[in-house]
Amino acid sequence: MNRQRIALYWFSATIAVSLVAMLVPLPTVLQPFKPYWPALVLLYWALESGERVNLGLAFVVGLCADLLDGVLLGEQALRLTALVFIALRFRSRLRFFPMWQQTLAVLALLLNDRILLLIVRSFAGEASPTLSWWFSPFVGAALWPFLFLLLDDLRIRLRIA
Amino acid sequence: MALNREESSPLFAGTVAGTLRLLAYLALAMVLMVLDHRNGWTWRVRYAAAVVVEPLYRLAGAPSAGLHALTVAFAERKTLTEENQRLREDLLLANAKLNRMAAVAEQNQRLKELLDTQHSLELNVQLARVIGVDLGPGEDRIMLGVGANSGIHVGQPVIDARGVMGQVVHVLPSTSVVMLVTDPAHAVPVTIERTGLRTIAYGTRDGSGLMLPDIPLAADVRVGDRLLTSGLGGRFPPGFPVGTIRRVRPAPTGMFLEATAQPAADLDRSEDVLLLHDQAEPVGPPAPAVPAGPPADLAMPATSGTAPAPAAPGATR
Repeated sequence: MNRQRIALYWFSATIAVSLVAMLVPLPTVLQPFKPYWPALVLLYWALESGERVNLGLAFVVGLCADLLDGVLLGEQALRLTALVFIALRFRSRLRFFPMWQQTLAVLALLLNDRILLLIVRSFAGEASPTLSWWFSPFVGAALWPFLFLLLDDLRIRLRIA
Repeated sequence: MALNREESSPLFAGTVAGTLRLLAYLALAMVLMVLDHRNGWTWRVRYAAAVVVEPLYRLAGAPSAGLHALTVAFAERKTLTEENQRLREDLLLANAKLNRMAAVAEQNQRLKELLDTQHSLELNVQLARVIGVDLGPGEDRIMLGVGANSGIHVGQPVIDARGVMGQVVHVLPSTSVVMLVTDPAHAVPVTIERTGLRTIAYGTRDGSGLMLPDIPLAADVRVGDRLLTSGLGGRFPPGFPVGTIRRVRPAPTGMFLEATAQPAADLDRSEDVLLLHDQAEPVGPPAPAVPAGPPADLAMPATSGTAPAPAAPGATR
């Protein structure tokens, strides 16, 4: 019971931190390189503890992100739901990939996410983005092994199943 | 820990139910997006949720504020002394200029009174602090630490010491969001200081500068010309610097000249900005009927006693 409660707190905390991290600005030079934190954290949880993450949760997290970001209500909900769906569908295989393959898979997922965002933006009639807009998925994928190891280590220390 | 559950993570084939659920969520998200795009819902929902949302903004803004405090705390004495010296010189220069201008302003005021116009040179401003929050990629917006509780309303122009920065687009109880002049969705009516030519400056796609895409071919526009707000549109008061022309060339269509301009304001570096309280007097033709767009209470500033502004700048192109 107690263990489960800690697990739940830890899970919610990582997601909340990822949402705040999304809002924290970087210096102007680094701004285009900022990874999409909520997607990375949700991916981690989808792979490591697929019982907790489902489409409904991804949708709700996306809605919260939209509420904070203020661009278009439902935009990130759509992106995160699609992302988590793909991750859950291939979960059994993704989990047993070696790290470099997993990283490539994450890169593909994040690029797919950007393409979805591009489609939504162009439907909303916004200007098409510049080249630097495409850097973020690569940075996200490059950070993935570190994030994965860090979260995994913390999870094992907290003994969360 | 279940390695392989039948329902949501089969090893090779997916289930129909999972796909259906995905489609349902995607459809729901799309409905939300369309509704939000048409009605601008998010900000009303957010206004209701402000109690939760605003502390998060402050929290997210804390690292940049802390960094700034650290740079000040650990700055060398020499640097600070130099900065202080420079500011003193600037102030001296500005005061000297002001003294010279005072007589002219006085005279101008008298002449204006003779002409019976209410236009005044005085500024009614409010100082606001910028919160360092990243509001999504591709959007040129900043967040201010004042909101509806301080009397801020949508449409107020925002300036800094050098020129126009943008205008308030969303207001929460104690924070507000400013769309910068470099945002692709922003437009500001300008005149070229040297020739008086009126045109419109849009934000560029990458948010790095201003774009004047429809200058007549015969117009006299040169690199280095200064752009001032024209006061048309009734949103920005006339006479504030907007930018400097950097490049002029024929548009790809060959019908117009296309110019790019550097914004006058320090968009990246401003920490304190000024919010103008008085809006420009509405001039020009009466407001055209708006067939679609954001609801009237969001699109128009609540100026009492003035006619609604025609062609509100900042509306999406």
